[in-house]
Amino acid sequence: MSLLKSREAILALAILALLGLIASRFPSFVSPRSLARVLTDTSPLILLALGQMAVILTKCIDLSVAANLALCGMVAALLNGAGVPLPLILLAVIALGAALGAFNGVLVWKLGIPSIVVTLGTMTIYRGTIFLLTGGAWVNAHQMSAAFKAFPRTVIAGLPVMAWIAVAVTAGFALLMTRTPLGRAFYAAGGNPHAAVYTGISVGRTQFLAFVLAGALAGLTGYLWVARYAVAYVDIAGGFELDVVAACVIGGIAIAGGAGTVAGCVMGALFLGIIKNALPVVGISPFWQMAISGSAILIAIAFNAASRREPGRIILKKAEARQLQEAGQ
Amino acid sequence: MQATPPAADGAPVLSLRDIVKTFPGVRALNGVRLDLFPGQVTALIGENGAGKSTIVKILTGIHQPDEGRIIVDGTETRFPTAQAAGAAGVTAIHQETVLFDEMTVAENIFIGHAPRTRWGLIDRRAMRRRAKEILAGIGADLNPAARLRDLGIASKHLVAIARALSIDARVVIMDEPTAALSHKEIAELYELVEKLKAQGKAILFISHKFDEIFRIADRWTVFRDGAFVAEGLMAEATEAGLVRMMVGRSVDQIYPKRPARIGPPALTVAGYCHPTEFEDITFTLHQGEILGFYGLVGAGRSEVMQALFGITRPSKGACRLGDQVRVIRSTAQAVAAGIVYVPEDRGRQGTVKGLPIFQNVTLPSLARTSRAGFLRLAEEFALAREYTQRLDLRAASLDQDVGLLSGGNQQKVVIAKWLATKPRIIILDEPTKGIDIGSKAAVHDFMSELAAQGLAVIMVSSEIPEVLGMSDRVIVMREGRIAAEFTGDDMTPENLVRAAVGIEGAAA
Amino acid sequence: MSPHDSRLPDHPTTAGRHIPDRLTSPAARALKSWEALLLVVAIAIFIMNAMASPWFLDPWSLSDATFNFTEKAMIAFAMAMLIVAGEIDLSVGAIIALASTVMGVAMSAGAPVPVLVLLGLGTGLACGAFNGLLVARFGLPSIVVTIGTMSLFRGISYIVLGDGAFTGYPAGFAWFGQGYVFWVVTVELVIFALAALAFGILLHRTNFGRMVYAIGNNATAARFSGIRVDRIRFILFLLTGLMSGVAAICLTSRLGSTRPSIASGFELEVVTIVVLGGVSILGGSGTIPGVVLAALVMGLVTFGLGLMNVPGIVMSIVVGALLIGVIALPRLLAMARGR
Repeated sequence: MSLLKSREAILALAILALLGLIASRFPSFVSPRSLARVLTDTSPLILLALGQMAVILTKCIDLSVAANLALCGMVAALLNGAGVPLPLILLAVIALGAALGAFNGVLVWKLGIPSIVVTLGTMTIYRGTIFLLTGGAWVNAHQMSAAFKAFPRTVIAGLPVMAWIAVAVTAGFALLMTRTPLGRAFYAAGGNPHAAVYTGISVGRTQFLAFVLAGALAGLTGYLWVARYAVAYVDIAGGFELDVVAACVIGGIAIAGGAGTVAGCVMGALFLGIIKNALPVVGISPFWQMAISGSAILIAIAFNAASRREPGRIILKKAEARQLQEAGQ
Repeated sequence: MQATPPAADGAPVLSLRDIVKTFPGVRALNGVRLDLFPGQVTALIGENGAGKSTIVKILTGIHQPDEGRIIVDGTETRFPTAQAAGAAGVTAIHQETVLFDEMTVAENIFIGHAPRTRWGLIDRRAMRRRAKEILAGIGADLNPAARLRDLGIASKHLVAIARALSIDARVVIMDEPTAALSHKEIAELYELVEKLKAQGKAILFISHKFDEIFRIADRWTVFRDGAFVAEGLMAEATEAGLVRMMVGRSVDQIYPKRPARIGPPALTVAGYCHPTEFEDITFTLHQGEILGFYGLVGAGRSEVMQALFGITRPSKGACRLGDQVRVIRSTAQAVAAGIVYVPEDRGRQGTVKGLPIFQNVTLPSLARTSRAGFLRLAEEFALAREYTQRLDLRAASLDQDVGLLSGGNQQKVVIAKWLATKPRIIILDEPTKGIDIGSKAAVHDFMSELAAQGLAVIMVSSEIPEVLGMSDRVIVMREGRIAAEFTGDDMTPENLVRAAVGIEGAAA
Repeated sequence: MSPHDSRLPDHPTTAGRHIPDRLTSPAARALKSWEALLLVVAIAIFIMNAMASPWFLDPWSLSDATFNFTEKAMIAFAMAMLIVAGEIDLSVGAIIALASTVMGVAMSAGAPVPVLVLLGLGTGLACGAFNGLLVARFGLPSIVVTIGTMSLFRGISYIVLGDGAFTGYPAGFAWFGQGYVFWVVTVELVIFALAALAFGILLHRTNFGRMVYAIGNNATAARFSGIRVDRIRFILFLLTGLMSGVAAICLTSRLGSTRPSIASGFELEVVTIVVLGGVSILGGSGTIPGVVLAALVMGLVTFGLGLMNVPGIVMSIVVGALLIGVIALPRLLAMARGR
């Protein structure tokens, strides 16, 4: 009963049903190798969705993540061209991503500008900056060092490093969100900002940290993206921010803040990733992908709203008893 | 009237001196003082609007005083954040439960100071175990893993108390701690207070129930209109004396209730039910009558009123207006049917801050002041002027943002807004909560006048003197049901409280 | 800003005190407003452009420059009302794509110009109604709903068109996006002006507009005042859809073709115009004249940078910086003054 009521369980069932449906006609899609490829393909979405989750939990939104990713990716490619060793590049893009996130966060925290306005502005600024850096030029595969390109694709125990990073960050986020004061502060600041102040949590500072986290992950993903696809230019990952928000929404992260889980978020990203990878396999034009993910978003919000609908204040004693029983006590 | 501190206990743990706090339009505190002693309960007494909640916010680091000193153990200090207050050992159990619905009971109790494992992670097992211990200590049978949103208001209150106890506090503030508790739970709370006293904690007890104060407090302090009036020992106090200091005049002067000419039924409610909020609500309201609704905070009174006003829909039941059955599905339909509602939560539901006074007043009457859907400002100003003057509104201009007015004047704007629609039934939900004495008298006076003119009035109030002073008849609600109804000589404070808290054996 | 009670004369004759209607005249208020600042900025940019480029003041090039903003501004008026009411519609660019696609399908089937126009408007209305239904009727948050419909509407265009395009619109259809009413005044400019007037009156002179402000400042209190909040929200989405349909007709006519990527990124520029125009993204305040001025400022900046051969992507940096700057600057000044 309580298992069926959980959003995560339903999403997991939906993913299994989707896989089953595809497998019934195209069994090769569910082979371990194919699934590993889906996971690897979806890794950037998972990484960004986790960062976005932290931001959305605090009642904000970050529309600049894709531009941040693109800028950091380009910087990684340029640093590589300048002969900077890979570990330093990794550090640099994570720091740059975090700094770009911090810029968003400061405007939200210290100036109280709504996050949607801030990140709407910074998404164009960050992407425009790539043009200023390169004059619109591309960095192509032959301009990148072999080590630079090889790192995300190196296979360890059957999975490429890129996928392992997504797995590790997911695990880290699961710990962060449920087992650390900062994680709980994300939920508190978005769930009830008024009460958060009473418990000594600074809402603005918490939002700032969420932006920094989202930015750092976008920076890391920027390198992974550019290295995996072996190309960097102004428009990489254009519009990706909407996929990221979509993954969060499908994963049950409440846009009003304060509710949602890491498991849901990752499954939301996987759901979109499976659809994207399955379309060519089952022979549907990839042009269907956009409409399908749009519909998935709408179904997910409608579903989330229905499961969160406030029944009213609980005053009747029997209503409380009923509620607790349904919650699976 | 200033009493000397009691001899044996020595210095106060925490003292406030000359605290001033101003908000836009209101001077909430004007040079108040307060002393809290270890092992003693100090009752802070004052009407709504006396500055009690502001002092709590200053003590817990939410607000900073404009002037004045906070002295802990003889050393002057500041509480720039809630954390600083917590670190100094000040904790509060709030009137409104400030908690997190999406978190579990244990997480709510320990957020901000959860036990950690060796690795610095939150130790959830230890957290649940300790939560269970604390809850058991206050006699609360709650599962620490239950999500808060699944709990009722009384249970949430117990979680708030458990949270305050989970912090190793030296000063515990209890802001109306019994407002939502049943008789049994109140008895347990008293035991708890005794336990805390024995541990040497200083307790600030905010309540306007005198029986409670006389039962558990050792000392008293009275505030009125944001100013310190007097302080002393409970043993030397009398109820009449405290009331006089609280209101600044004697009680019977305040309620200008005129004799009612009760007319035919204006509204008949039959068997209203709601899945979680109330059930089996049946009553009749007459023209010219003021019908009081009394009960504990969270007894479901506002919820019933909001169902009558079309905010929520009852799952069962019918209501009759005059002699026709009406189904009210929206507030627009309620207003059209002549039912209006002055909400308790003035800031959120009453006034539209950001709009000027006149636009607030004309909001439900735009159809009358406009022509073919186009605004006519002159008509709007005329209507607003007429009704704000009748209520003796104090404002710089009708074009002023309503948010800049004091609580009492905002309430007058809300009432003016509804009177301008010429209603037949007016529901006032805690109409004088948090407003100054002058405005309070104006609201009471006006309520009497309206009833005398034949309007049917429902007044929801948690203040017994107000309920008794203004109502022709009183309905008492408890846990979402009508517990009792009193008229005439049965309308006594004892009867009301007994029905509201559900004393064992009576009306179950 | 407002004087206090004590300064007021006492009128002992009436029951209550006399309260003056106004203390500051609307004209005095207008002088200190955001709109006045925008006007100054617009004039300054105009003069700078005129000094920077000799071609700027040519009537024909100015007329050409209006295309930079007319289509977006038409939507911005409706969007401004929506944002004043505390909602947002990020699907406007996608509505244009879908409306344009529907017109393209009809055109391929040989539909005449009036039918194309009706279909464009009808598609816009239908999309607006869909958004409105989800937000107003089912109470879903508008930002995520319209992120979803943004993918859905444009996704349908992609399904229909793939990487193809509709071209070959009839000659009569070109009038909307390429025609002139007289001299250098384009059809689009006239539609822009009429829309500004209509939305200005609707927001500032009618009961409907008053209720929009009430909802934006406090939707709960508006509902508690007997206002049909959901109905008004629904109508606002309908209007935004309709104006997107109008913009779709103009844009399709001007480009003479439909691709699924048409008007991509429009939603962000529309929101930027609205916010630059002084409409609070949190709802409750803002004016149509402000949005008109913001559209002019954006148009002038884009045109001026274009004359200086600045590439489009750099212009977008300027626009992004402008968006953040105009909101951050007053707050920074207030903070500096507070210290």
